[in-house]
Amino acid sequence: MNRNRTFSYTIPYYLWLGLFVIAPVILLVIQSFGNLSGHFTLNNYATYFSSGTYLRMTFNSVFFAFIVTGITLLISYPMAYIMSRLKHAQFWLLLVILPTWVNLLLKAYAFIGLFSKTGTVNNFLTLIGVGPHQLMFTNLSFLIVAAYIEIPFMIMPIFNSLIELDKSYINAARDLGATSWQTLTKVIFPMSMGGVKAGIQAVFIPTLSLFMITRLIGGNRVITLGTAIEEHFLVTQNWGMGSTIGVILIVAMGLTMFLTRDRKKKGARHGK
Amino acid sequence: MKKIIWLTGIILTAVCVLFGINLAFQHAEDTDTSTKSSGNRTLTIYNWGDYIDPTLLKEFQKETGYKVDYETFDSNEAMYTKIKQGGTHYDLAVPSDYMIQKMKSANLLVPLDHSKLTGLANYDKQFMNQSFDPNNKYSIPYFWGTLGIVYNDKYVKPGEITTWHDLWQPKYKKNIMLIDSSRDIMGMALASSGQSVNTKSIPELAAAKGKLDTLMPNVKAIVADEIKTYMAQDEAAIAVDYSGDASEMIAENKHLHYIVPSGGGNLWFDNIVMPKTVTNKRAAYAFLNFMSEPKHAAQNAEYVGYATPNRQAVNLLPKSVKNDKAWYPPKSTLSQLEVYQDLGPTWVGNYNDYFLEFKMTNR
Repeated sequence: MNRNRTFSYTIPYYLWLGLFVIAPVILLVIQSFGNLSGHFTLNNYATYFSSGTYLRMTFNSVFFAFIVTGITLLISYPMAYIMSRLKHAQFWLLLVILPTWVNLLLKAYAFIGLFSKTGTVNNFLTLIGVGPHQLMFTNLSFLIVAAYIEIPFMIMPIFNSLIELDKSYINAARDLGATSWQTLTKVIFPMSMGGVKAGIQAVFIPTLSLFMITRLIGGNRVITLGTAIEEHFLVTQNWGMGSTIGVILIVAMGLTMFLTRDRKKKGARHGK
Repeated sequence: MKKIIWLTGIILTAVCVLFGINLAFQHAEDTDTSTKSSGNRTLTIYNWGDYIDPTLLKEFQKETGYKVDYETFDSNEAMYTKIKQGGTHYDLAVPSDYMIQKMKSANLLVPLDHSKLTGLANYDKQFMNQSFDPNNKYSIPYFWGTLGIVYNDKYVKPGEITTWHDLWQPKYKKNIMLIDSSRDIMGMALASSGQSVNTKSIPELAAAKGKLDTLMPNVKAIVADEIKTYMAQDEAAIAVDYSGDASEMIAENKHLHYIVPSGGGNLWFDNIVMPKTVTNKRAAYAFLNFMSEPKHAAQNAEYVGYATPNRQAVNLLPKSVKNDKAWYPPKSTLSQLEVYQDLGPTWVGNYNDYFLEFKMTNR
């Protein structure tokens, strides 16, 4: 009886999963095997893996996603660490989350105002005498904006894992004679790995397909898979090819999840 | 648990209240405009954003008593999908040339009854009877324009650029912005070597792509609508863009100028059509006739800033506008330009693949 009841409670959940997660993915996979007239074909995949353009684009996307993830991690970890030790940690976290309330497009346009030829940054550079530089449409500006946008999504999980960390472990490490550097690398860092992995997952995949930023800030001189998907759905209306790239992104996501999965915890649970 | 139920309850109540307010607003709006509601008094127009003088809509409502529902789209393809999928009741829509051809072959258009159109004679003959719609069976022109070059006279001297090929000069290194559209940029490359912008020849397309690759050192960025902001802010010296965008940029930055390069290129049209979703034909014809009146067409052209195909309306425009060769090029230039044809999905795909490959070219 009780089991039946829990089962009936989970029905809406399964329905939700089926309708809004599994069904769209299945539709996407089916679509990816269709050509322009909707007939079954393997050509989309053949084109993808045989054309230098798409492979280079994939390489580009992964390359930039790695760099962006690396930059955000380098900035976020120390920041989350410091924040977690501050007095009003939740307040500082709020300040980090605040920018995510602002629409992505608005933030991108704000950066245009900062980086453009007559923008704030160039005005400042001219003032201190290092002359105006071309900032817009460079790899650097793309990396800065992408990293800026993704940083909150990296800080949040790391911060949470650091806050939850039991302080007695740190005290114990100190008592046993570990230096503060050893405590950091041998105790705190391994114990917050869960948060780091979650952060990487939350940053890497969206960065693979950041298409608005590549156009607005990168001026299409930085091309990612998102650019190709947008073009196939909106201009060429070759939904098959667009879906194929979508499926490949999903596979890439699966791979990242697999590579950054939590191995240790699972082992421990089995041990119990 | 109790808290969650409470929260859900609060959210649900908020949704209900907001929905109710929304309904009330809608109701108020309905009763506001359709005071003499006898039968179908609504006209639904599906047009590009900010592509009509709103005072004209008000005047039309006052003059005829119809209530105008004005909805907007931002790409031909989006409009096509929405009309094709049904569930909409647009009485009039404003697609571009090649899209009219595509909609026609998909049976999405209703032929126009020319006997009900009173203003046909006002239109310039050279903008009628185009290849995408012979004898204007399905459409009448709304605005037309060209693809050309915008330059900033702070960095480029007037007269320095007269043909597409001039863009390839090394002195414009990293100073050109291109509009992010495969047909237009591939078309520009084709036109620069004297080929048709509607070519269906792979060698010609491949050659055009090769030529574009050699332009890449000069290309600063390939952007969409933002190109207007960038040019107005002096970010680049030169842009390849449509005349319509150009007029908006020039309104913001007086240093900008627009030219139509000689020797081939694109001539585009946005025409009004009656999609098969039409429900109020009488109102639709009333609107077509209203917009054909020279006075209204001229007012609309001044507001939007594009070139009007209405010959009588052109005469009503200020001299500085109607004598400007950038907006109303002479016949000799116009005759060299081509209208885009609907090339079918396979060829659109080919144009796109080459364009994507060009975008991937390293600088």
